[in-house]
Amino acid sequence: MSHSNPSASTAHGHDHGHDHGHHKETFLTKYIFSQDHKMIGKQYLLTGMFMAVVAALLSLLFRLQLGWPEDTFPWLESILGDWAKGGRLDPSFYLALVTMHGTIMVFFVLTAGLSGTFSNLLIPLQIGARDMASPFLNMLSYWIFFLSTVIMLLSLFIESGPAAAGWTIYPPLSALPQAMPGSGLGMTLWLISMTLFIASSLMAALNYITTILNLRTPGMTMTRMPLTVWSFFTTAILGVLSFPVLLSAAVLLIFDRSFGTSFYLSEIFIAGETLNRTGGSPILFQHLFWFLGHPEVYIVLMPALGITSEVIATNARKPIFGYRAMVGSLLGISFLSFIVWGHHMFVTGMNPFLGNVFMILTLVIAVPSAVKTFNYLATLWKGNIRFTPGMLFAIGLVSLFISGGLTGIYLGNAALDINLHDTYFVVAHFHLVMGSASLFGMLAGVYHWYPRMFGRMMNEKLGYLHFWLTFAAVYMVFFPMHFMGIDGVPRRYYNFTGFEYMAEWMDLNRFISISAILGSAAQLIFIWNFFSSMRMGKKAPMNPWNSNTLEWTAPVEHLHGNWPGEIPHVHRWPYDYSRPGASEDFIPQTVKDDDLPEELRKPSVQPVPHHAEKEAVPTETLLFSRLLQALGFRKA
Amino acid sequence: MDATLSRTTGPVRKKNKLHAKEFLLWAFLVSVFMIFAGLTSAVIVRRADGNWLEYVLPSAFWWSTAFVLLSSISLQWSLVQARRDELGKLKLGLVLTLFLGLLFLFSQWVAFQQMVSVGLYLVGNPSTSFLYVITGLHGLHMLSAVVVLFVIFAQVFQYKVHSKNMLSIRLGTLYWHFLGVLWIYLYVFFQLIF
Ligand code: HEM
Ligand SMILES: [Cu+2]
Repeated sequence: MSHSNPSASTAHGHDHGHDHGHHKETFLTKYIFSQDHKMIGKQYLLTGMFMAVVAALLSLLFRLQLGWPEDTFPWLESILGDWAKGGRLDPSFYLALVTMHGTIMVFFVLTAGLSGTFSNLLIPLQIGARDMASPFLNMLSYWIFFLSTVIMLLSLFIESGPAAAGWTIYPPLSALPQAMPGSGLGMTLWLISMTLFIASSLMAALNYITTILNLRTPGMTMTRMPLTVWSFFTTAILGVLSFPVLLSAAVLLIFDRSFGTSFYLSEIFIAGETLNRTGGSPILFQHLFWFLGHPEVYIVLMPALGITSEVIATNARKPIFGYRAMVGSLLGISFLSFIVWGHHMFVTGMNPFLGNVFMILTLVIAVPSAVKTFNYLATLWKGNIRFTPGMLFAIGLVSLFISGGLTGIYLGNAALDINLHDTYFVVAHFHLVMGSASLFGMLAGVYHWYPRMFGRMMNEKLGYLHFWLTFAAVYMVFFPMHFMGIDGVPRRYYNFTGFEYMAEWMDLNRFISISAILGSAAQLIFIWNFFSSMRMGKKAPMNPWNSNTLEWTAPVEHLHGNWPGEIPHVHRWPYDYSRPGASEDFIPQTVKDDDLPEELRKPSVQPVPHHAEKEAVPTETLLFSRLLQALGFRKA
Repeated sequence: MDATLSRTTGPVRKKNKLHAKEFLLWAFLVSVFMIFAGLTSAVIVRRADGNWLEYVLPSAFWWSTAFVLLSSISLQWSLVQARRDELGKLKLGLVLTLFLGLLFLFSQWVAFQQMVSVGLYLVGNPSTSFLYVITGLHGLHMLSAVVVLFVIFAQVFQYKVHSKNMLSIRLGTLYWHFLGVLWIYLYVFFQLIF
């Protein structure tokens, strides 16, 4: 909607700017079928947190099996019944646990819970809009997501057990209802739930994109948007382009399951008989799945990266280093993420030439990733750092992104991957770079924007405790898995006691399981902090972190339309921190140049040493030329 | 552009002129297109594996193509009538378009019958399964477009569609044209592949 024409945003603003207060809301419209983006964000957050608890509990069950494969736990039988006869997990139930853990964590927690929460909360607030482009579609998207959650959870309670083909649901396990217990009703429910999930994600993503492109307040050019909004934007674009392809894959799978077609099934011999299926290709599914699957991992990560940019800049009291490089790398990652899916399929017998192409493209994606890492570090460097819990989690993300990203480069080598594929090395890689890093981004976001959501501060001491225990736990759990993987220990195995060469990993497995239990227990601190602070937390001022972005200019009270009066106008980019000569170390986006002392009206550029070029050069350009000099490409 | 200009007060870039809902629809069309891009790439990948049955496409698809083209023309004509507030002609155009849309769906059904009559079933070589699934999915979208158009038709009677209130018919027309173009793409694709 254009701002020069008075229809949408101003008309919208008019409506809400004046009629709040004498607009009666019932409990149902305020908390349940709310169309207010802030409330929908909270709904996503609470649902995501609940799903995270479920998925974590599932993982503890299978860690119990991996840590103590010889022992029996009679109490398991009393909760799980036949799935844990005699106190030991049933092998196919073990696979179901792994599958559900992965599915819930990847899609329900780190996609919907993370991007749903923060895109909803922050997009309108940070671009100065009264709400989303279509609040109704937004509400619909949450409730369809909720329905898909319910169905996914229901599948945990059916007799034959939930889906068990892995979160990637490769056929034939997913395509033949008779393949294993979870392939029947469990898989059907999985597909129904995920179809709803895709529909919900698409609605949400379409809404986010439209809102960002159409409802920005005057002065909020694209290049003045906070990096959070940029990351939600690229994430939504990835979703719009990749989720439909997963839908296509699922449609063909449904036909294979229910109508007897052979898209993914070729000559198959099962339970003593040959099936009447010919000509299908299970590899086809992998292509379609990973065409979504790889963008999906960035759908999970990018919002976390955006949150980190914002939290780090605010708490280092420094402009984000290389704003345009940060935007560029988001765009670069988004583009490249569509052409690297083959790296998940190096060992499917793919033509080695094609393998090489995918290998090179995969290694190229490490470049924008590295750009982001360096920019985070450069932002931190010599910053006036405030170690809030949110900041610690953001720094933690950087650490995890480095340690997990490096192993990606190993896996990206087609030759090395022959050894490493489907081992614990892969498990270590993606749990660090995707699972833990994104979780840290999400937690950073919760600690940072909690005052914005609930008007109170979370307890800092508990935050620190939570951070350090979690940080230690993720490294204790996932780091050792690299060594197992290098030794060839395969993922998704029920137990390793039958293999001589793996016996030596027994103790380590137990160590990992104990760490996982401790790490999960540490999350209770967070949950306690989260809920108790709603009532007992210190009342938060309007802008507790002295931040520049627009969300801190709106009152916290539940108010549909966000700003009681006019929407704020924007006069600068969001990262004017610690400008030399300014009276305070931050200049909010709403401050006009005219209100600043003369010497501050220049574009925000760091002081340039006298031997450098005469005109003002942004620091990143300067550092880049320094780098070239250091490498000998350019004369000093 | 000056790198630093955008960071302080400066001219606000000209805004997107599209209506937000229209933009939303465009983005939706992109995602629908991706479904079919995924499926047609799957056809290419699968065909490269060999064991691929070749057959002649049912002749009714010619009719489908003709109907879809005619319906787009008549809908475009209706749009012009709406802009001129010629409600009578608008209704006529919409009825014609709805009729052609139904004919399209009917011709798709006939095409399926033709396939069946020569022994090309849904279950069988993936080359036939793909044809059924892809055209079927397109048909479902077409069905939804017929429903949408019907709603717009009903709105005309409530005087909700006229030169000052073009949004719904504009969006409906966009969706309809998109599905027409999608059909042409699919048809050409099938011609090349089968
Ligand atoms: C530095 C860039 C990265 C490279 C070069 C890279 C490379 C790879 C490769 C080659 C694999 C396949 C290993 C195998 O199955 O044999 C893989 C797996 C995976 N990667 Fe990455 N990766 C990178 C960054 C990331 C990021 C940023 C994420 C997520 C945020 C991620 C998430 C995953 C996941 C989830 C899997 C495993 C999927 C599965 O098999 O279940 N990777 N990565
Ligand atoms: Cu990947």
